[in-house]
Amino acid sequence: MEIMLREGPATERVATMDLIESVLTALEALMLNKMRTALASLGIVIGIGAVIALVSLGQSSQKAVEMQIQSLGSNLLTVMPGSPMTRGVRGAAGAATSLTYEDAQAIETSGQVTSVASVSAELSQRAQVVAGRNNTNTQVLGTTPAYAEVRKLSLTSGRYISQPDVDSMARVAVVGPEVVSVLFGEGADPVGQTLRINGIALRIIGVTASKGGSGFMNQDDIVFVPLTTAQKLLFGLNHVTSISVAAKSQDVMEQARTEVGYLLLSRHKLTDPAQADFNIMSQEDVLGAASQVTGTFTALLAGIAMISLLVGGIGIMNIMLVTVVERTREIGLRKSLGARKKDIIAQFLIESSILTGVGGILGIAAGISTAFVTSKFMNLPFSVSLWVVLLSIGVSCGVGMIFGLYPAKKAADLSPIEALRFE
Amino acid sequence: MIEVEHISKIYRNDHVETVALADVSFRIERGEFVAVMGPSGSGKSTLMHILGCLDTPTAGTYVLDGKEVGRLTDDEQALIRNKKIGFVFQSYNLLPRLTALRNVMLPMSYGGIPKAERIKRAKELLDRLGLGDRLGHKPSQLSGGQQQRVAIARALAMNPPVILADEPTGNLATAQGERIMAIFRELNNQGHTIVMITHEQHIAAYAERIIYIRDGRIAADDGNHAPRGAGDGKGGDDGPD
Repeated sequence: MEIMLREGPATERVATMDLIESVLTALEALMLNKMRTALASLGIVIGIGAVIALVSLGQSSQKAVEMQIQSLGSNLLTVMPGSPMTRGVRGAAGAATSLTYEDAQAIETSGQVTSVASVSAELSQRAQVVAGRNNTNTQVLGTTPAYAEVRKLSLTSGRYISQPDVDSMARVAVVGPEVVSVLFGEGADPVGQTLRINGIALRIIGVTASKGGSGFMNQDDIVFVPLTTAQKLLFGLNHVTSISVAAKSQDVMEQARTEVGYLLLSRHKLTDPAQADFNIMSQEDVLGAASQVTGTFTALLAGIAMISLLVGGIGIMNIMLVTVVERTREIGLRKSLGARKKDIIAQFLIESSILTGVGGILGIAAGISTAFVTSKFMNLPFSVSLWVVLLSIGVSCGVGMIFGLYPAKKAADLSPIEALRFE
Repeated sequence: MIEVEHISKIYRNDHVETVALADVSFRIERGEFVAVMGPSGSGKSTLMHILGCLDTPTAGTYVLDGKEVGRLTDDEQALIRNKKIGFVFQSYNLLPRLTALRNVMLPMSYGGIPKAERIKRAKELLDRLGLGDRLGHKPSQLSGGQQQRVAIARALAMNPPVILADEPTGNLATAQGERIMAIFRELNNQGHTIVMITHEQHIAAYAERIIYIRDGRIAADDGNHAPRGAGDGKGGDDGPD
């Protein structure tokens, strides 16, 4: 008899069932009630799917904004008028009329400014544009020839505004593709035809290539006219709304910013840079602001999606609690056969983790496909970042652990006799 | 082997105290075959639970194999249930979704026995109990007597010195019950200590010693006079196999 009683202290026992077997056992238990298992996982599928889809879409639109801004040119500086001070009251930024075409010409010709390749002055206004029976409200931009170069515009038809056009206040216009499709029909070539802005007839001399974009960044819904035509003929204004400065390269951006800044300060008879009545912004500044906006938006969406994940987790906890009650007898039996608390906890934690793990994987697939379809539909670049996927896997397993722990603990704490008596 | 001294078990439920066991003492030596008899509510099930480390006494000491069970941690008690005690229940308590083979393997997986060894031992045990052709059957595909034999094979999986049986024939027809009792007889001959609850006289007759319990006290114990009582040393050196 003694021979059979070889034994060591409890700690020596390798009693934890090997993991693969435990996982198989858990799968069998889950397969007993397929419908319930599927529904419990569905909560996690939706939660994880929502997180992935919304975060991906947020990132896609962030990327879209970045691409649009990059397409404007990465060595571009934009000089905007500052906010006007009228009797001590500061007005809206950009509302001042402190910049002029002469400022732009000075930047181009000044010997102090060495790092600038080209300069363009712009006057931007919204106006009603009429062609025949059609009309549209769009952005009318008075520009100089340098604008095409600075903003990397290309034409699909005709030519861009020339210096003689600007000098002679020519009644000509270059239109964006969206304006063409609204006024003349999709794919029409309106070169040679006329449109009217504020009663002035302008001959169309060119059509720009599509640059994409939408909303306030739309560079296709626009009419370009010579700067002088816009100032004197169309709107009766003397200032410009912005001056675009292309640096010779990206490396001399800061130098260009300083040179332009000091030139304008001296032209405006200001000594203190703090009093400057203009702002100089690079595309990076604009990019930063825009990214911040879309980033906040993405975080907000992720937060909302997290709530649905939380609800899914509560569903898992609920199902596991029901399972524990249903299997009270099994738990009692397992205990009587030598299962320790941690064996029971492990068994139920593995089950809940499988529920959420499988739900998570399906959710990742659902989220990625939703993001893919939606981004195609919304014409956004499609992107799914690896960290979101990894994080989702981690979160879904974590949800299984956290929401499975209480039911598992409850199971482990059952008294074996009570559990065995349970019917 | 089993030493119970002055144990009592009192259940407190709000303001009502129920005495399930009151000052019970006895010894069971290795290799004994003991039947515990008594009317329902006499406390025999409570006694069984205490002997099986499923419950702890309110007072008194229970020493199993030289270890006082009441002082052990939960995990140590689980270890005792795993290594030293094999349970056989009236309603078999097999896991319905597992095959006979896997039911028998269950205690061994908690006992840290490698898988290949588990399968080998479970097959051997089921074979010995005449179920060699039923390894892949689920409990629902087996008769009551077959299920109880699977349960006995499971109780033997870790080769425990003690087998505790709670009305093992209670759900079985006479012929099946006799077959089960023959198995217990055989196991006892191989050296296993068997403690069995029953209220049927002819089942108790298979035992060498009968302890009668009434109202939580020992009403009679013929063990003191039994030829195979204390010090008999039956099967003392050859372990049960």
